[in-house]
Amino acid sequence: MELNAKIPPGPLKDKWSFYKDHARLVNPANRKKLEVIVVGTGLAGSAAAASLAEMGYKVKSFCFQDSARRAHSVAAQGGVNAAKNYKNDGDSVYRMFYDTIKGGDFRSREANVYRLAECSAQLIDQAVAQGVPFGREYGGYLNNRSFGGVQVSRTFYARGQTGQQLLLGAYQALMRQAAAKTVTLYTRHEMLDLVLVDGKARGIIVRNLDTGEIERHSANTVILATGGFGKIYYLSTLAMGCNASAIWRAHKKGAFMACPSWTQVHPTSLPQSGDYQSKLTLMSESLRNDGRIWVPSKPEEKRKPNDIPENERDYYLERRYPAFGNLAPRDISSRAAKERIDAGFGVGPQLNAVYLDFSKAIKEQGKEKIQEKYGNLFDMYRKITATDAYSEPMMISPAAHFSMGGLWVDYELMTTIPGLFALGEANFADHGANRLGANSLLQACVDGYFVAPYTVSNYLAGEIHSPKLETDAQEFIDAEVQVRAHLGKLLAINGTKTADHYHKTLGKLLYDYCGLSRSKKGLLYAIDEIKKLREDFYQHLKVPGTEEEMNGELEKAGRISDYLEVAELMCQDALTRDESCGAHFREEYQTPEGEALRNDEEFCFVSAWQWQGENREERLVPEPLHFENVELTVRSYK
Amino acid sequence: MKINLKIWRQTDAGSPGHLVDYQLDNVIPHMSFLEMMDTLNEQLILSGDRPVEFDHDCREGICGQCGMMINGRAHGPIPHLTTCQLHMREFKDGDTIYVEPFRGKAFPVKRDLRVDRSAFDRIIMAGGFISVNTGQAPEANGIPVSHEHAESAFDSAACIGCGACVATCKNSSAALFTSAKIAHLAKLPQGKIESRKRVLSMVEQMDIEAFGHCTNTEACEVECPQNISVLNIARMNWEYTLSKVLK
Repeated sequence: MELNAKIPPGPLKDKWSFYKDHARLVNPANRKKLEVIVVGTGLAGSAAAASLAEMGYKVKSFCFQDSARRAHSVAAQGGVNAAKNYKNDGDSVYRMFYDTIKGGDFRSREANVYRLAECSAQLIDQAVAQGVPFGREYGGYLNNRSFGGVQVSRTFYARGQTGQQLLLGAYQALMRQAAAKTVTLYTRHEMLDLVLVDGKARGIIVRNLDTGEIERHSANTVILATGGFGKIYYLSTLAMGCNASAIWRAHKKGAFMACPSWTQVHPTSLPQSGDYQSKLTLMSESLRNDGRIWVPSKPEEKRKPNDIPENERDYYLERRYPAFGNLAPRDISSRAAKERIDAGFGVGPQLNAVYLDFSKAIKEQGKEKIQEKYGNLFDMYRKITATDAYSEPMMISPAAHFSMGGLWVDYELMTTIPGLFALGEANFADHGANRLGANSLLQACVDGYFVAPYTVSNYLAGEIHSPKLETDAQEFIDAEVQVRAHLGKLLAINGTKTADHYHKTLGKLLYDYCGLSRSKKGLLYAIDEIKKLREDFYQHLKVPGTEEEMNGELEKAGRISDYLEVAELMCQDALTRDESCGAHFREEYQTPEGEALRNDEEFCFVSAWQWQGENREERLVPEPLHFENVELTVRSYK
Repeated sequence: MKINLKIWRQTDAGSPGHLVDYQLDNVIPHMSFLEMMDTLNEQLILSGDRPVEFDHDCREGICGQCGMMINGRAHGPIPHLTTCQLHMREFKDGDTIYVEPFRGKAFPVKRDLRVDRSAFDRIIMAGGFISVNTGQAPEANGIPVSHEHAESAFDSAACIGCGACVATCKNSSAALFTSAKIAHLAKLPQGKIESRKRVLSMVEQMDIEAFGHCTNTEACEVECPQNISVLNIARMNWEYTLSKVLK
């Protein structure tokens, strides 16, 4: 199978207009006959469900949380980018496009990225109209801040809770449609399988998490907006429930996965303090504007940070990347921290952290100024660690954060299964091998509000004659049987180890061998270990209770059974890419100074993976990337 | 640390519940309260018991999913904190901790410590939005909003919908939650247009959902993880009266 990205003809800046001008439309009378399933209620899911319902389609919205408002978009802190050029600092759609392509280390599609930048301004308008209280200047106009990897101020923010405020805007739009009965909400429902009829996505099997009931839902199209799967590393900045199950089960039904190993590791999270730990809390990247990162220049330093004199400190980011210093992009900063920690210079009780020091900034600007800028973050740090970061440095450490990889989608955000769309972090589209800060909220919103209404309609225009599908069709029965069999299998093992045990073991394995740096030897070892772990899982897992009741452990076990398969594909993906790019750093491919060495001759493509059946190696289908508007350069921050 | 727990166990909404004693011997002060609960569940599963169901997700204080009554207080002994942000160092070796679900007639228990807070969603459905369709928005800077108004709207909008205000209120009133949304939208020019209709329908829905009335004890403000002020309730009452008078 050849992958067709369906990129519209014409110059880059006219492609999206061309698409919109030529996309097929559905007449309003027909829209109410067409049903749309949207799985996930984060920014992409809520935005798509609300927008399609406003157009007149019949929408069913699913989420596993107890309210649509709790999806993990809520946790994004810093901001959302838009090329408004309000600061008159030379920003433009093209510059934003270029920054994003370069930030992604030239491993994303030009046309998609351009559209992201093009729609960004419209998103800010939409959010303001919904009542999102963005930060304002004293004249009443919108304010901006700067984020890593760019030279302009294009980040809009609502204090440190931008994701929450954008999500509440989308959630409220969704609830407005629910009140109008154009959307039916299914909270505490988890998708367990995709149903295909005649090769097209026509429904899903879900489990009601409160009662354990298995339900069938049919529609004319299915949209997956189920977010990222960084939680596969167990310790991550993600919510406990974030998972790969929806996209993975769609993958097993024929949707290709693209670049699943490309995971962003965020440099400024709180370090792990013990085996019991379930979550690594993120501290906003904005702290790096004033904080200086260092480790002691002697290994296994026993002295307290304030007792270590200036000449015995190694400000390694300033040393290695003098041009960007403490504001080097996320992949580079995280890797540099790991390098020091691995070399034995790590600090803290577990020797797994580096210092983020504000003493110079406090001396220069005063404590009050720092408090005004970052007060809420210092408070959060104190709540979690019981340490006052005004008087001694914070301890931070890298943590798994964002999945650049996901379901392969074309320009229309449609997967390789006709009628199955993937939006937001669930897809691989705009961020290439490394995502820039404040682009994730943007992508989720743009996919949901501005792309899906056109592309989903274009697809549905061809579906107005397809008959309404009853859920007693054989395809639904078969899918349900399969789902029930899998749940039964997990419960029947009745072994001696909990789901969390497997999740923690898998997470550690991935972090060590398919995390910040990878090597052929390590990846081969990890694949072997993952296979063994999977076998062990099906022999010794213990899930209490039954499937016919609320059963949190059964939910976990199901997600981990998928993670154990995703993990192997991640390693396979990393193993077959003999180059370093963005977040993907292969130890064999680096410059003498330890920087990533990209190979555009052989690897300027997206790795799309096709499922071949249980325990069979997946097939790699490359989608070549063509750059017509930018020149491929070495990404340097020195 | 050694910790004694008395945890509310209840199979479903229709069954009676009761407190069950548990003991944990190796609690580490740096653990979060939920990690302590994870440890207990691990122990229960391995000994063949049913683990305790509790709500949680982001574990960083923003999703609003977690919430328990800990020693009789919503989200535990520290004010302005979610349960997931509470750490075991706030307790002493040998302490006995009572863990119960959030209280409130409008929050029926689903199982153990999980409650049904869908009433909050229905209050938002009743009018907690601005009626604007996708694609209709004017240029964002076309509607200037003063810095003070934007900041004040944010203070109200910061609510995470956890329900601690209801759980801690002796009347189980949802006034803080409802008023925060009413105030957030009424403070912005975009939201002002619908504010009269909004306040009436949201307050009506609040009553339908069996939340109690607000008697201005201000207990809600003390527990609110986002420091939502009771001034929002005053604002709601003012908007409500205005709407009634000018109807």
